[in-house]
Amino acid sequence: MTTVLERVRSGREAAGERWRGAPRWVRWVLLAAVIAFFYALPNKEFYQYLGPIPTPGANFTQVMFTVSIYVLLAVGLNIVVGFAGLLDLGYFGFFAVGAYTVAVLTSPSSNIKTLWPWLLVVPLAIALTMLSGVMLGTPTLRLRGDYLAIVTLGFAEMIRIAAVSSDFLKGQRGFNQIPHPPGKYADGKPFFGVLDARPYYWLVLTLIIMVVIGVRNLTHSRVGRAWISIREDEDAAQLMGVPTFKFKLWAFASGAAIAGLAGALFAGKQNFVNSQNFELLNSIIILAAVIFGGSGNIVGAIVGGGLVAYMIERFRGIELFGVELYEYRFLIFGLVLVIMMIFRPEGLIPNRRRAAEFKDRRKEVIVGE
Amino acid sequence: MSDTEQTPAVPAQAGAPAVEAVPDREPLLEVDNVTLRFGGVVALNNVDFTLYKGEILGLIGPNGAGKTTCFNAMTGIYQPTEGQIRFRGEKISGKKRHEITQLGMARTFQNIRLFPEMTALENVQVGADAHHKTSVISALFRLPRHRREEREGREKAERLLEFVGIRHRMHEFSRNLSYGEQRRLEIARALATDPVLLCLDEPAAGFNPAEKEELLQLIRQIRDTGVTVLLIEHDMRLVMGVTDRIVVLEFGKKIAEGLPAEVRDNPKVVAAYLGVPDNAA
Repeated sequence: MTTVLERVRSGREAAGERWRGAPRWVRWVLLAAVIAFFYALPNKEFYQYLGPIPTPGANFTQVMFTVSIYVLLAVGLNIVVGFAGLLDLGYFGFFAVGAYTVAVLTSPSSNIKTLWPWLLVVPLAIALTMLSGVMLGTPTLRLRGDYLAIVTLGFAEMIRIAAVSSDFLKGQRGFNQIPHPPGKYADGKPFFGVLDARPYYWLVLTLIIMVVIGVRNLTHSRVGRAWISIREDEDAAQLMGVPTFKFKLWAFASGAAIAGLAGALFAGKQNFVNSQNFELLNSIIILAAVIFGGSGNIVGAIVGGGLVAYMIERFRGIELFGVELYEYRFLIFGLVLVIMMIFRPEGLIPNRRRAAEFKDRRKEVIVGE
Repeated sequence: MSDTEQTPAVPAQAGAPAVEAVPDREPLLEVDNVTLRFGGVVALNNVDFTLYKGEILGLIGPNGAGKTTCFNAMTGIYQPTEGQIRFRGEKISGKKRHEITQLGMARTFQNIRLFPEMTALENVQVGADAHHKTSVISALFRLPRHRREEREGREKAERLLEFVGIRHRMHEFSRNLSYGEQRRLEIARALATDPVLLCLDEPAAGFNPAEKEELLQLIRQIRDTGVTVLLIEHDMRLVMGVTDRIVVLEFGKKIAEGLPAEVRDNPKVVAAYLGVPDNAA
């Protein structure tokens, strides 16, 4: 057992080494190939050859859209949890703020009936979500660790309960006829229609690429170093001149902005938003995805978010001994997480630093024996 | 406090090469009758001393004398219950910790507190960032300021790693460095914040004599670049070898202050260190 694991592990490390050692152009070509693959993925002409990858029980392009939204959320949460080390259990609350901003300002069933176009409201939704992040962060980011986790958990519940019970936010009835993103084909048919999820998926995929470039720039700068130093030792960071509160707030705001964008995209695609979309479970799933993928690593967050969202949908329509596997999806998910934490606690694609740390610990254990 | 020595215009002896110490005696840090209580415990009792620009001041005392507490009050971790601390003429209390650092005070820690999952280089870069102005926006779009500050910070960090002698380890995670390298890295990180005053909290703890000698050299070099140094240490020999003046604490009180030779011969100091039953106060 251990030898197999060791071999898998060393193989993966070798792959990582080879990736870092490869010439620049090879990496670019590979990256371009991966991106092209994901752009092609929701086309039936393409995915029908992919064997077991398409989901049997659900429309695969729809699933891919959901997956892409989760990936975007995981990238955003990774800033807060992975880089700045702030345990945020209510991240989905920001998603809700983004989606509801779009719903209230565009839907004809909203009380204020502004009926603004979707595209105009998106920047507004991002700004408002950022603002809600700052509002939540200003009093709470003085707390550390577990305390912060509890307050953020409360925040997400507040948003959800407000959505359920406030008349302004329409509860279960929700908002309908939220407009789609603009854009028409030459023949006048809208680019973003009702049935075909592919354009939405492509839109989200493009935005993911842009967001990832932005996050990467941030993490390779003073800002990212400040975040990591806060995660590593907040007191020492302060004494080295890092305005920790300001940068924690920025981490919160940037994470929130990405969630707000995801919420706005979701609302624009779904064209219907009600209080059932924002269960607490979603916050937990995204957090689990970030940790599953490898917190503190952007690629890890992408893979984690994608895999977790995909696996949950993959179980739909599979019957095993007469039971629908989808019913047990969270049981299986939980099991996978537990196994994961035993054999690979640093996540699938860990931050290089974490990997080094865990490797060291193994060495220490061996020496200790 | 009666035995406070006032004019150490005579330069330090004991092998310290620098003779130009404290020419104009411009006060840099004034600890003004500071008392610090934690509930009923009096950690600092009316401590009063001044640190002058360009000198190396030793703050010594037996274990538990309040040296680190004094340090923490100076760097803004604790607020003094009474009295006040002025740094470059400005009151420290009420200032945020990073503001104190930006004002020019940097420190190292008795128990090393690096950022373990950052490389040595990145650790020092965090220090260098203390004076950088790159905003989130300019980092996000890699605007010219970001590029310039990034380049400057990196060059500075490499220079400082070279200065403390661990440049060849700069891409190593700081947690993987040896104990001595970590201590040096802490000094480099503190120096990266461009301090006027560098506070070293037992930098020689756990060092062997050869390493201590190297550290002495390093501290003198730092002083020669114009940085004032406050050194906490309880290794008397080390302190005697490098400091210009010494302040001695015992049970939160200052019991002596003066030139190294004077302090060494002070009966109260001898009593504090050797435990001779002596109640002369």
